[in-house]
Amino acid sequence: MAESPPLRPVGPRRPIRRLIAWVDERFPLTETVEAHATKYHAPKNFNFWYYFGVLATVVLGMQLLTGVWLTMSYVPSAEEAFASVEYIMRDVEYGHIIRYLHSTGASAFFVVVYLHMFRGLAYGSYRKPRELVWLIGMAIFLTLMAEGFFGYLLPWGNMSYWGAQVIVSLVGAVPFVGADLMEWVRGDYLMSGITLNRFFALHVVALPLALVGLVFVHIVALHRVGSNNPDGVEIKDNKDEHGVPVDGIPFHPYYTVHDFQATVGFLFVFCAVVFFAPEMFGYFLEKPNFEQADPLKTPDLIAPVWYYTPFYSMLRATTFPLFGLEARFWGLVVMVAAILMPAVLPWLDRSPVKSIRYKGLASKVMLAAFVASVFVLGYLGTVHTTPLTTALAQVFTAIYFAYFLLMPWYTRVEKTKKPPERLT
Amino acid sequence: MNVAVRAMPGRGRLALAILAGMAAAVPALAATDVRLDPFDPDLTDKPSLQRGMALFANYCLGCHSLKFQRYERTADDLGIPHDVALRNLIFTGQAIGGLMETSMPAEGAKNWFGVPPPDLTMVDRVRGTAWVYNMLKGFYVDEKRPFGVNNRVFENIAMPHVLIGLQGVPEVECRGKKAANILADRSRILEKDPAARRVREDNCSWTRVVPGTGAYSAAEFDQAAKDIANFLHYVGDPGRLERRRIGYWVLGFLAGLFVLATLLNREYWKDVH
Repeated sequence: MAESPPLRPVGPRRPIRRLIAWVDERFPLTETVEAHATKYHAPKNFNFWYYFGVLATVVLGMQLLTGVWLTMSYVPSAEEAFASVEYIMRDVEYGHIIRYLHSTGASAFFVVVYLHMFRGLAYGSYRKPRELVWLIGMAIFLTLMAEGFFGYLLPWGNMSYWGAQVIVSLVGAVPFVGADLMEWVRGDYLMSGITLNRFFALHVVALPLALVGLVFVHIVALHRVGSNNPDGVEIKDNKDEHGVPVDGIPFHPYYTVHDFQATVGFLFVFCAVVFFAPEMFGYFLEKPNFEQADPLKTPDLIAPVWYYTPFYSMLRATTFPLFGLEARFWGLVVMVAAILMPAVLPWLDRSPVKSIRYKGLASKVMLAAFVASVFVLGYLGTVHTTPLTTALAQVFTAIYFAYFLLMPWYTRVEKTKKPPERLT
Repeated sequence: MNVAVRAMPGRGRLALAILAGMAAAVPALAATDVRLDPFDPDLTDKPSLQRGMALFANYCLGCHSLKFQRYERTADDLGIPHDVALRNLIFTGQAIGGLMETSMPAEGAKNWFGVPPPDLTMVDRVRGTAWVYNMLKGFYVDEKRPFGVNNRVFENIAMPHVLIGLQGVPEVECRGKKAANILADRSRILEKDPAARRVREDNCSWTRVVPGTGAYSAAEFDQAAKDIANFLHYVGDPGRLERRRIGYWVLGFLAGLFVLATLLNREYWKDVH
């Protein structure tokens, strides 16, 4: 039998090693890779819910890339915006695919971010020491909502126009300064090309910059404290003699291959929508938006895109004036409060355990009720209001807020299970 | 909504304005509470699309533009040679690369019809393919209207029945009475009982044509309406077929990659646990 050749030591070849050494003297390359990938230890028990962080980053990258290409042919003016989108759809090579990647990407962004946030709620990822990771995440969420809102005006379709009109007019409900504020936001006496241009500037320059920066610090903060996990047990509390968490595994290669698999799976579903159902039955692209913006023609039903509808429902459910201020203003207050509410979670949760796995029945019921309220409110926001839907929306708005406001009480009184010493 | 309101007779306009002020549900009801015969477009049926384009160029394009769509792209997608298209489908003297504009001046159109005929590039996406098909077949004689016809799907439509020469004179009868009579005062009925309209429409024969007045048989006209609706479905989003073609490759590639990624993942994760 022929002798097999001697094995080369694992690792890069000599010229590559010398190049890396050259760079390392001038830039912390190896140090950074080790600190954040090859020697960054993550809990070994991540499950399905832990894919959505990386998927959000993937979608962000995709939105930036397709956004750049759309900007090459889009014309930000009231006269030409609508036609330029149709130009992209018809005359630009593969323009329709780029446009649908971007429009579907907007919805996909919210899908993965909402699932990412739900993961945080379920496993207590907002708890000490991850309060700052959570708060930076909330800032990302707010920026993302603004980014989506400004972007939705750009096609200058009729729903773009009237949706933005409704939301901008909300600031008109602010006491005393409302009317002036509204004019300041629009830059005009009504929604116009001026508004379109400033929304364009915010959508393609200011907010993407903010998003990228916030995502960066989100990850930096996360890597300082380390990831939570489905058990809510700190892996850093149990280290071996080298200071490595016993239940941790290096992020690279274990979670990079893991996330790669998830990303491919996600892209399969995503592309199925992009290529075969980009309108998603009117939920991702609304029918009236295939008509050019017309200040004289209100759509039959002005409904925001699905990812805003839970909050829009709460706005519409606030139907009574209070303290001499009109109902519209209180609707605005309720909506903003609902969006900001999760930010104070780290200080509302008084449970001795982090994960829903070891919390009591009350926490489980409340979390389920909260998820149900988001779905019901989300649906109600897409239909015409009737006395019944308004009453329903009011009930579920109350449930939404109860999940947060009653948390200090129910997390303290319920009976919890004892978490394991090690990860399961 | 303003357009619809303007086209309505005085009493209907007042009623609608009041109702619209009270509940936003009313315009939606008026716009959608019409029974539509189903129609599924078929983008692979090139002869149908070609006939649809020919019919559109001959009967519709005089007033309605497709101003976001180009002749050249359309001809290429539908398999029509450029010289044939230039000879038979482009009546404006435009080059083959031109957008499908109408030669009707917008200002004049507004004076003649009350509203300028809308661009139809995306009518299919706004209203749906079945709506277009039903609207083309929905005209009936109504002496009270300025053009002598009304439309079942688009009430008080502000246009003549352009295809009347093909279809013939559609005198719709509902229980032995002419539809125009029985459907009069519709806004009053609607106010009292929205369901009344559907009941009444179901009692009508919507395909009755005065014999000998049309160039097409009933079946031929039905096919013509389908061809035009099919063509407008294509024009609404001309990239559909290309996306379908590429989409299968993309999904196939991702499925294969997923298998490899799964095997790779499994190989690495053997060490853990």
